[in-house]
Amino acid sequence: MSNPNNVSLNISHDLEFIDGHALNIPTLSILNEDGDIHHGATAPDIDESTALRLYETMRFIRALDERMQAAQRQGRVSFYMQCLGEEAAVTASAAALDQDDMIMAQYREQAALHYRGFTLDQFMNQMFSNERDLGKGRQMPIHYGSAALNYMTISSPLGTQIPQATGYAYGQKIKHIDPQTGELNSAIDNITICYFGEGAASEGDFHAGLNMAAVHKSPVIFFARNNGYAISTPADEQFKGDGIASRGVGYGIKTIRVDGADALAVYAATKKARDIATTTGEPVLIESIAYRLGAHSTSDDPSGYRSKDEEANYQACPIERFRKWLVKQNWLNEEEDVKAKETIREDILAALKRAEVIAKPPLEELVSDVYDTPIPSLQRQYEQLKNHIKQHPDAYPVTAGRIK
Amino acid sequence: MAKMNMLHAINSALDITMAEHPQACIFGEDVGYFGGVFRATSGLQEKYGQHRVFNTPLTEQGIMGFANGLAAFGAPALAEIQFADYIFPAFDQIVNESAKFRYRSGNEFNVGNLTIRTPYGGGIAGGLYHSQSPEAYFAHTPGLKIVVPRNPYQAKGLLRAAIKDDNPVIFFEPKRLYRASTGEVPEEDYSIELGKAEVVTEGTDVTLLAWGAQMEIIEDAAKRASEQGISCEVIDLRSILPWDMETIAKSVTKTGRLIVSHEAPITNGFGAEIVATIQQECFLHLESPILRVCGLDTPYPLALEKEYVPDALKVLAAIKQSVEF
Ligand SMILES: Cc1ncc(C[n+]2csc(CCOP(=O)(O)OP(=O)(O)O)c2C)c(N)n1
Ligand SMILES: [Mg+2]
Repeated sequence: MSNPNNVSLNISHDLEFIDGHALNIPTLSILNEDGDIHHGATAPDIDESTALRLYETMRFIRALDERMQAAQRQGRVSFYMQCLGEEAAVTASAAALDQDDMIMAQYREQAALHYRGFTLDQFMNQMFSNERDLGKGRQMPIHYGSAALNYMTISSPLGTQIPQATGYAYGQKIKHIDPQTGELNSAIDNITICYFGEGAASEGDFHAGLNMAAVHKSPVIFFARNNGYAISTPADEQFKGDGIASRGVGYGIKTIRVDGADALAVYAATKKARDIATTTGEPVLIESIAYRLGAHSTSDDPSGYRSKDEEANYQACPIERFRKWLVKQNWLNEEEDVKAKETIREDILAALKRAEVIAKPPLEELVSDVYDTPIPSLQRQYEQLKNHIKQHPDAYPVTAGRIK
Repeated sequence: MAKMNMLHAINSALDITMAEHPQACIFGEDVGYFGGVFRATSGLQEKYGQHRVFNTPLTEQGIMGFANGLAAFGAPALAEIQFADYIFPAFDQIVNESAKFRYRSGNEFNVGNLTIRTPYGGGIAGGLYHSQSPEAYFAHTPGLKIVVPRNPYQAKGLLRAAIKDDNPVIFFEPKRLYRASTGEVPEEDYSIELGKAEVVTEGTDVTLLAWGAQMEIIEDAAKRASEQGISCEVIDLRSILPWDMETIAKSVTKTGRLIVSHEAPITNGFGAEIVATIQQECFLHLESPILRVCGLDTPYPLALEKEYVPDALKVLAAIKQSVEF
């Protein structure tokens, strides 16, 4: 802009307000319910092995979600969150990235993590907070993270990862900036994707993060999962604007809305978004529309806040839609698919049984990692605690036997 | 050595850091071309470019979220919050994110590269919202380090140590002393170890403890006390978190008396933590109750600032009370 107010000055002599819904935002849809490409749509360039990895990830995550929901009901884990209905949104977007791109997720993105290579045992060890959990048994189930897989550890406070993604991506960009001109001197090799729900997008951190990404040109793909609910609060009690996408325009960010149950649309949009981010250094906003088919978490029952009729209306399964397309491509053998599902279920049960008997972390993990090395006051508290436990070993059976 | 005020000393520490790390960034409100409202970052944008020294939009939670992300990436993130009074919109990012980044991830990720600089304290006719000393809020948060310098030499050495420390550090700068405090400061790089208090003046009758701008006040009180024949041991805590219990306990074991003074309101101020710990450590050596000379439990006033602040006269009164107990 060439004026101090940084606005477009289209002088008008008509007293007219712009309507709050002036933008008529389209939703990209490529694959139909029968697994065929819509007329007039173009399928993205996706090779067989990527498409199969995408499908296998969704297939695995559906099985994991079903098993762990049941495990919570049996009292074997304290908490779980399924991603039913949103598998394609999360997996296809992760599939469109580079393995070394950073993922900063909210919590319902286990599919992206599995796509990266997080193993079944790693999932289980985290959920059982045993001593092999990368997070050392400190966070509630499903708060995964892995530096090796460039998947930032999940944090419960909603929205906090949004401005962090802006800062992280800025760091990824710095080495590509010419100090003389301030412009990019090469394409950015790795960028950040940031997932969040339409509920979390009401947090101040959302506004701060998107605005700063636009102003400072951070190569972030903001991926809003609009699944219609934030626990029990429906989206129409969350905001009045046209979804989350309309806000992107307000921040001056390139924006697209996609059908989140359509793996090909999500893949195509995210690939394109990545191209924009790596070549211009600028952020992109993707709003994915996919209904949350399951409960928010194991702690709520949706029948208390939405009707069976409504649920029946949105039952379409994103995995099934993509499976039909794969079969039509002759990339998936249906018999093997059925067999694989059976094997996955067995593997999951076996892994669950392995993880639940692995010991909890030793006592020293209570005080490690607060700082790079424990500060003196914490060392004193730790010694005191050790002595106390040694005197009352029966009261602290998890750690008493292993205190050095 | 060169004569510097505290702003020059801080600027020098930042300059050394920017030269050392090609990815280090300084950011905050008005810190770019203008060099910050107090001019602590003067000249740095010209030297290191707009992409490394830049104004942010007016959003403290955004600044701290951005800083956490940049630090997690591995670049030294030197964030400025324009006034400590305005750090509260960023409270969640600091308390729930910076402080817990390493712990919650099992050390998969950390923000050890983060340093938050922010001017704090009164004495500039700033009223409620340009005068606060919010260190105690943050001292209640495991995972943070908190540092407060008292003069230019301390400011440069402690800031360099804070930046190099592999933990998130909040560096509270006594804004009243930015230009008022001058002294000899080496132009080259040096660091002062974090977590260590400094005995500024040795004494035998009573230990006086403070940090930052309040040091000037207790040193003044100590001088007045000595004119009346009372020998004060004056200590600068320097680091609030972690704090140097040993140095304080050693001094109180010797003098048998302790007075802690800070500008923040007395209730739940950091003095409370010190007093609780020292009475436990030094119980049998105490000659009198430990006293606190602090701000009142009111918001920071304007017209009645002189009445509110824990000035040298109030500290002197406490010294007498302690010695005559
Ligand atoms: C700051 C904060 N406030 C409240 C919560 C409690 N909480 C957890 S999930 C959730 C709803 C989030 O909804 P949305 O962002 O739409 O994501 P979804 O669960 O639909 O994937 C709430 C309110 C929280 N974790 N953090
Ligand atoms: Mg939602």
